[in-house]
Amino acid sequence: MSLSAAVIVAGAVNLNHPGHYVHWGVIQISVANLVVILVMLVLFAAALLVPFPKDRQGRRP
Amino acid sequence: MSTWTAGLRERLVRELPPDELLPDRQPSYVASWIYVFGVLTSAAFLVVLGTGGVLALEGPQWWHTSGVGHYVNSLHLWGTELFMGFMVIHLWGKFFMAAWRGGRALTWVTGVLAFLASIGTAFTGYLIQTNFDSQFIAAEAKDGLNSVGVGAYFTVTNFGQMLMWHIVLLPLVVGLIVGVHVVQVRRRGVVPPIGAQDGPTPDPAAGAPGRGTR
Repeated sequence: MSLSAAVIVAGAVNLNHPGHYVHWGVIQISVANLVVILVMLVLFAAALLVPFPKDRQGRRP
Repeated sequence: MSTWTAGLRERLVRELPPDELLPDRQPSYVASWIYVFGVLTSAAFLVVLGTGGVLALEGPQWWHTSGVGHYVNSLHLWGTELFMGFMVIHLWGKFFMAAWRGGRALTWVTGVLAFLASIGTAFTGYLIQTNFDSQFIAAEAKDGLNSVGVGAYFTVTNFGQMLMWHIVLLPLVVGLIVGVHVVQVRRRGVVPPIGAQDGPTPDPAAGAPGRGTR
């Protein structure tokens, strides 16, 4: 595989190292899992707050 | 004389009329993104089933060594990530709506069972990756499962057994439960927000509450 192709297919985040962890008292969670949970919370909030699109006649479905 | 097959057919038609299998209108409160996460979960489930079928056809050598194999393997993983993520957001939304209201207890219970069966399916998927990660997970999980007494029947270090659980038994269970869950949603309708009026929206064409409104 050429270098340019390798760069293209490489992940956006370098994962070739031991995982990073957050320690908070008895709670220990990997940064990857924490990011996934935070993204889900953001999606949940957005689902409640972002207006639902209307159709061409301006009606809700 | 009525037969059991005729009785079953009549009951099925009565409980879920064929012309109400798929909706064409929805109550106004469904115009919210939070109501989309159920169907997003179903869509992700179809992606997982499809990519899993391709992985089963081609085999581990293919998904470990070829570019297309890596790609389909990643689709299967990320389809699962989205499936679980969408399902949990769907769960949060339905929990805060108290979605078991209005005779929807079976809808809620089948959703819980689908969630639990999905966790088992995802877990057995991690066990059959055929790499060091799956070996590590199996070695760690066996102690926990042995401590609760199920190790003799559900042996996580038995690759063949875990493969069959993952590609036959658990997908069947999840598929059946999801099917019952969706039928329950069609029978009872989507749950209204707390304080909103339950029931079908009047059909202006028919001049009365009508079909296809749930």
